Amino acid sequence: MAKYPTEPLKCWPKAKELRNKFYKNFAEAKDKGGLRWMGSAWAFDAVPMGLGNDVHCITGEPYGASCAFDKPLSAKYLAAAENYGFARDLCAYMRNYWGSILCNQYAQGGKFPKADFAWTQHICCSHAKWYQNACELEGGDVPMFGVDVGAGAYPPFEPEMYQNRIDYVAGQLMDGIDWLEEVTGRKYNDELFFEAAWNDMRSTNKWAEICMLNRAVPAPLDEKTIYSLYVFGTLQKSNKDFAGFYDELYDEVKDRVDRGIAAVPNEKARVISDTQPPWGFLKIYRYMEKWGAVSIGSLYTFGLEGMWLYDEKNHDLRPRPLPDKKPQTREECCKMLADWHLCKPEYQHFYHPEYKTKMMDAIAKNWKVDGVILHYNRGCEGLTVGIAENRLGLLERGNKVMTYEGNMGDEREFDEAAAMNRIDIFMDSLGLEKSKD
Amino acid sequence: MAIEKFQEWYENRHDYQKDWKKRTDGKMVGYFCTYAPEEIFYAFDVLPVRILGSHEIQDVTEPHLFGMFCPFCRDVLAQGLKGKYDYLDGIMIAQSCIHLRQAYSSWDIHKNPGWSHFLPMPNHVQSPRAVPFLAAEYELLIKKLEQLTGKTITDKDLNRGIEIMNDVRRTMKDIYEFRKEENPRLTGAEAMYMTCSQFFTDAREWLPVAKQAITELKTRTLDRDPGKRLMLVGSENDDLEFIQMVETLGERESVGATVVIEEHCTTTRYFWDEVEQTGNPLQDIANRYVSRTACPSKDWPKRTRLDRILKFAKDFNVDGAIVVQQKFCDPHETDIPFVRKFLEDNDIPTYFLEFDVTTAVGPFAIRVEAFLETLEAEDDLF
Repeated sequence: MAKYPTEPLKCWPKAKELRNKFYKNFAEAKDKGGLRWMGSAWAFDAVPMGLGNDVHCITGEPYGASCAFDKPLSAKYLAAAENYGFARDLCAYMRNYWGSILCNQYAQGGKFPKADFAWTQHICCSHAKWYQNACELEGGDVPMFGVDVGAGAYPPFEPEMYQNRIDYVAGQLMDGIDWLEEVTGRKYNDELFFEAAWNDMRSTNKWAEICMLNRAVPAPLDEKTIYSLYVFGTLQKSNKDFAGFYDELYDEVKDRVDRGIAAVPNEKARVISDTQPPWGFLKIYRYMEKWGAVSIGSLYTFGLEGMWLYDEKNHDLRPRPLPDKKPQTREECCKMLADWHLCKPEYQHFYHPEYKTKMMDAIAKNWKVDGVILHYNRGCEGLTVGIAENRLGLLERGNKVMTYEGNMGDEREFDEAAAMNRIDIFMDSLGLEKSKD
Repeated sequence: MAIEKFQEWYENRHDYQKDWKKRTDGKMVGYFCTYAPEEIFYAFDVLPVRILGSHEIQDVTEPHLFGMFCPFCRDVLAQGLKGKYDYLDGIMIAQSCIHLRQAYSSWDIHKNPGWSHFLPMPNHVQSPRAVPFLAAEYELLIKKLEQLTGKTITDKDLNRGIEIMNDVRRTMKDIYEFRKEENPRLTGAEAMYMTCSQFFTDAREWLPVAKQAITELKTRTLDRDPGKRLMLVGSENDDLEFIQMVETLGERESVGATVVIEEHCTTTRYFWDEVEQTGNPLQDIANRYVSRTACPSKDWPKRTRLDRILKFAKDFNVDGAIVVQQKFCDPHETDIPFVRKFLEDNDIPTYFLEFDVTTAVGPFAIRVEAFLETLEAEDDLF
């Protein structure tokens, strides 16, 4: 018997349409005289927007996840990367991506569209290496620019945001603009850049506001659905259409909260997860619903692109407010973007696992969570850094924690039966009973 | 022989370090990666000691480190968790790979000696923004060291630190010259004892021994067939058991070898580049760490390591290269296909081996012997 009413999201078809259009734009950019670039989902994608409105990108992580969702296709790409000589324990998104280039096959159909340049960032050991190698696999004639964001943790995890750290990242962005002009031969348009930067901040702020709505009981969104929505931040957070879509989504989710519309009508317990899921096995989330458990999100889905600040005094995570005014100069815009992105929650654990433990515990306490499920994700060293210490820290803070081992993008490393067994035991330990339906 | 002292220090590092503290009443900080600016520690008269593993099987790190991270970082963390370094006054890491960073952060959580520091060493070392950023980070490090020691330092102290470390680097390079000879005057294992022992000792005590070793090496002849000349390329590697196995193969088999040069962070990536002094010591130190041969995690967008590797191969006249990798070492895994191709395109045969905490001496012996035979076969065929 359902405890709460439920209904599908009205904006779902629009989300699908936007996503399909994004991948199509990348594939067709050259036919229309435009430019293509490749890079990380964490790249400062607002910067290349200053080259013109006909510049389109592909971001490797969501592309790799799309490949992983199609298991036979992914197997082909992974095999191609391994045959080239890459170790199979490397980032699974990266191997899917390289395999796609090596097979010259675009997961969305047709040949793999060669980028004109690579524009990326670097914080884990693989980010810049990903595109360094992709450029080489494309024939060695694709230029690359990387922006290092490994400039230290953001307050309150550090006493202050030291000026040299902002200057380091902003300086690279300034150099990157000069580089973009040089490699594309195009004149850079600062007005387009300012608009894109503002859209970046709008969308990443709004995504955090949307996640705040999931504090409601029943939760208006479940994490399996969230995966289809948070993705716009990973595709291109500075995209005006995506920023506008998040405004619409916010209104709809707010309306669901006001009307008590649940994502999972039999919500009895709330869990959070961590790191990317095994994309080929998202059914584990539907399986948990049989127990009345809804995964309401994670630091990963909230903070991979959403912009938050950790409030140490109140042990809470709050959306970072938009700056008071829009940027007026190139330098101001680069500094603003640098400061905005360095506070990204998913950057903080690269410096110490305690920072992530605090933020996860804050989510557990403020989103009324009953249990934490940690995915020991063999496919991503960056987001699993310190995860074992997160487990210990969360347990110490009184949370119930379950772990399972898998891989976000390599199905050979996910033991479905074992993971399901663990979920059964964990659900049972939360006092839940499995529905007989 | 002075050169034997290096092995003694390597094998008895803890005895040396405890004794040093007793003798000097000085502070000692353990560091996890060669991007730590030792010059600044010497300026404070703090002894920086590198923490390496013990190559022993252990069972203490499983709750702290997910199994997909490299065996080296687990081995390093085990040293802390088992209390082998309880005499340290502090720990620090300069940002390099995220694997080793976990060893540092777990150590920081569970065995914090009262002082710890994370230095955000830039990853984009090919950017002109890296040096000013790093120099400013050094100022933060200096403030932290002032808290540890109760001292303040001047440029003169920094220059003294630079001179100590530059002397170490020059001395190591002088010793490496003997490895270029047709019959090298020291083995690869001895060279590794030499470099690693410096991690564990006070450079001011290590240097006189190393200079004495140079004097002795000038008249030394090794009574062994050097066999094939090998280069090791890759991850951190102080697997002396492996090198000793390679260098004694000739005593048991028809083929033998000597490791004449390495490109990894236990030896040349650590010491090859000196600080160029221009009058601004912090800037000079930053410039050195930014422009040294990069760890692969920082070697982008251009893969600059390749030129250094090829120069080594030529200067040390190598017959082949063994590409070594710590299991799960992502930075090297992203480089290895390109390093191997580059070497082979330059007519340097390569062989790949993946290392774990302990060395699989038996299986590796068969594999290395087979590789050496292919080098022989090439001579016979053509």
